[in-house]
Amino acid sequence: MTIRFELNGKPVEADVPARTTLADCIRHHLMQTGTHVGCEHGVCGACTVIVDGAAVRSCLMLAVQAEGAQVITVEGLSREDSLTPLQAAFRKHHALQCGFCTPGILTTAHALLTEEPDASEERIREVLAGNLCRCTGYIPIIEAVLEARSAYTKRGKGERP
Amino acid sequence: MTDLADVKKAGASIGRPVERIEDLRLLKGQGRFIDDLRRDGMLHAAIVRSAVAHGRIRAIDASAALKRAGVHAVITAREIMSAMNGIVPTIPLRSDAVAGIEPFQQPVIAHAKVRYVGEPMAVVVADNPALAEDAVDAVALDIEPLPVVADWSAAEKNDVRLFEGQPSNCALVVSAIRGDADSAFRDAPYTRRERLSVHRFTAMPMETRGLLGEWDQARKKLTLLGVTKAPFLCRRILAKQMGIAEADIDMVEGDTGGSFGVRGEFYPEDFLIPFAARHVGRPVKWIEDRREHFIATNHSRQADCELELACTRDGTILALRGRVHTDAGAYVRTNGVTPARNIGQVSSGPYRIPHVLMNVSLMLTNKTPVGTYRGPGRFETDFFRERLFDIVAADLGIDRVEFRRRNLVPESDMPYPLATCLGGATECDSGDYRMTLDRCLAEFNWSEKTRLNGKLIDGRYHGVGIGCYIEGGASGPREGARLVLESDGTVSVYTGSSANGQGLETVFTQIAADALGMPMERIRGVFHGSTAHVKEGFGAFSSRSVVMGGSAIVVVAGKLKEAIRGAAATRFGCTPEEIAAIEGERAVASDGRSISWAELAARTPGGLFAEGSFASSKRTYSYGAHAAHIAVDPRTGHIELIDYVAVEDVGRIINPETLHGQALGAIVQGLGGVFLEGLVYDEQGQLMTGSFADYLVPTATDFPNIRVFALEERPSPNNPLGAKGAGEGGIIPVGGVIANAVAAALSSLGVQPRELPLSPPRVWQLIQEARG
Repeated sequence: MTIRFELNGKPVEADVPARTTLADCIRHHLMQTGTHVGCEHGVCGACTVIVDGAAVRSCLMLAVQAEGAQVITVEGLSREDSLTPLQAAFRKHHALQCGFCTPGILTTAHALLTEEPDASEERIREVLAGNLCRCTGYIPIIEAVLEARSAYTKRGKGERP
Repeated sequence: MTDLADVKKAGASIGRPVERIEDLRLLKGQGRFIDDLRRDGMLHAAIVRSAVAHGRIRAIDASAALKRAGVHAVITAREIMSAMNGIVPTIPLRSDAVAGIEPFQQPVIAHAKVRYVGEPMAVVVADNPALAEDAVDAVALDIEPLPVVADWSAAEKNDVRLFEGQPSNCALVVSAIRGDADSAFRDAPYTRRERLSVHRFTAMPMETRGLLGEWDQARKKLTLLGVTKAPFLCRRILAKQMGIAEADIDMVEGDTGGSFGVRGEFYPEDFLIPFAARHVGRPVKWIEDRREHFIATNHSRQADCELELACTRDGTILALRGRVHTDAGAYVRTNGVTPARNIGQVSSGPYRIPHVLMNVSLMLTNKTPVGTYRGPGRFETDFFRERLFDIVAADLGIDRVEFRRRNLVPESDMPYPLATCLGGATECDSGDYRMTLDRCLAEFNWSEKTRLNGKLIDGRYHGVGIGCYIEGGASGPREGARLVLESDGTVSVYTGSSANGQGLETVFTQIAADALGMPMERIRGVFHGSTAHVKEGFGAFSSRSVVMGGSAIVVVAGKLKEAIRGAAATRFGCTPEEIAAIEGERAVASDGRSISWAELAARTPGGLFAEGSFASSKRTYSYGAHAAHIAVDPRTGHIELIDYVAVEDVGRIINPETLHGQALGAIVQGLGGVFLEGLVYDEQGQLMTGSFADYLVPTATDFPNIRVFALEERPSPNNPLGAKGAGEGGIIPVGGVIANAVAAALSSLGVQPRELPLSPPRVWQLIQEARG
């Protein structure tokens, strides 16, 4: 079946079997492979994308459910060659190693800070506890997200830094 | 050879916390992981796996699956045998052969028998993954169940044998020997024996395995993508199995989502997918799903130990003796012997123990086979030893820190030999072991915190624990590198080392830049893990990349500079000795004439390049000490990690950030193993913890308080960088340190943890038992 939605600000159309997950649709039909699939049962969070402002597991959502929605993936966070303040903070704090879980952590953190730019360390930890990372031990990730908060507070709610 | 002094003098990049090169693509979703790749005409494979732990295969009926739309082939042992002269290939050990192990090696596909849940029985190839998975369910399997060997003690009875033709379920007994332990025990004034055990858990990288095989029928050439860790060694195995030359196989490494030892070994799929590609004549991709990963990818750790220590009454260790049974699973895979070897060989850790005798049996059971996971065998043996040390120190009335300090190998004893094992000798290369212990105590504030031991504060018992360790790295024999001076003056670095997420491109760029005396920006790229890059390569395992691959770059950079000097001499019509300087960007003759490297490269027929290797059979030994402060809630058994301090000396730090990341990540993995993770089987050999809902890996809320201090006090004398392998040290002492802290916290109850994990129900149970 044919579905239409907005992916990273551009209208897209995909002809997919009804059982196709949003993750598979984005990766294998729309060829945006930045979103990763780590467990296919909604636990690891690597596949997290932002659907109408909310961080969701794209492995647990069917592509057809995204009809008409605005979807943002890791590819949609940065413009051109530059890193966003959040991405730059990840690099500075060594908050990634293999980088496989990173797209889901970035989208989760972006959705959080967009809604709650003054989120406390405890709140950040709590929200990111839904994303598994096997390389870093998480401490650098929390440091990076804490540092990136200032970039979100400077802007209006919902505006992309 | 360019020596350490040369590299140190340059020193502009090495030692700096430079931001990683890899991050630019990975942060933007531009990494290229195996499932990101596609090929024209590509088909997808799904694997039919046994749901029975032990059984005789009566029949496999693929007819219904073959009739399904989109299904191109179903490959079973029969198809493989008909293509391979009646043989189902088996998977050998990756490196050194071990006598007697062959009968227990895994066939690439089950035939006649299945021996664990998850063993491959057939491969379905279809138009897309969903159709392939649908067809998997349509393959009818007729398996006659056999009694299941559920653990090593059942295996030892030999009532049921996994391999009928073999005398027992013991695949191998590995002995580690130093001196004469039996005599030392006979004469010892004090001995103590404890039974200790570590459970089954494993690496669980966030990216599952995956492969993409392409067979070029016209040229009879194979390309296999998705490999990592040891592509050259796996190619050797694959070439032999497929009956083609190594030179006709290209192994290609892309971005890789973590290995920690399990990923990149030669698994059955590493034959099945290339075979399938050749069988159907089209590219075939296979991506392991997470449930498959739980039952198909190597497990690790599970070992029971009877460990004895002999001492004088003043706490000087005389001898260590142990009998260990590891639960090795159903087959001995590529590196299945390594954990057992390390349990034996590293049992003495950083301590002076003149007499050692460890006998480690690999017991076969109907479970997923084991292999190496970060700190293989080392984690287990450190838990056994450090736990026993605390018990012994208490027995003898000696402070446990003092007991350790008294027995650490003094620097004057370096190099210090460990027990020999499987014919292999190794020695600790350098180190001031007391220094890292003292630094750890100071950073941790041990003297203050130790007063909390056993205190009940707000309903929780507090305790502190400590442990010392060594980390063997830099396994030999060689690593290869090739450096090419490009016509724009940049240098391309090709290495036999592999990258699986540890930041190899960045640290190798730092090493190459300093070795050539140029800024990092002029290193065009580090190209790794693919067999086309260098003549001979080994890979990334046993904490060897910086030492072996990095040293190879230093060696080859020296050769490249000589080539540049020679080319400049030719250009100026002088002798190479008359080229005064070649550092950086230009070659300068003694008469002042100069030419840029770029121009030299452009003007030299065939270009300017150098290839070579660094060879060493001497291992490096990083070392250190860890301390932990925990609080136990006796009502729930929950343990909070309040503080954790790690001090390690790695000889030479290339990049403090990536090193810190290795240590921190490894510690958290170790804590996961101690508190949360477990591969639990039932009596029928079914894995009970086969998803992330049941197998709990640490999350961001679990262990927020960890401090790591990395030192470079004692360089290794065994390589030009002075570096020591440092990817595994973080995980090695965690089990012993935490268990010792728990014992200290619950000392008033007399609780002595002798088994991992220390999950809440376990700890609660220990408390109930102690209270009677």
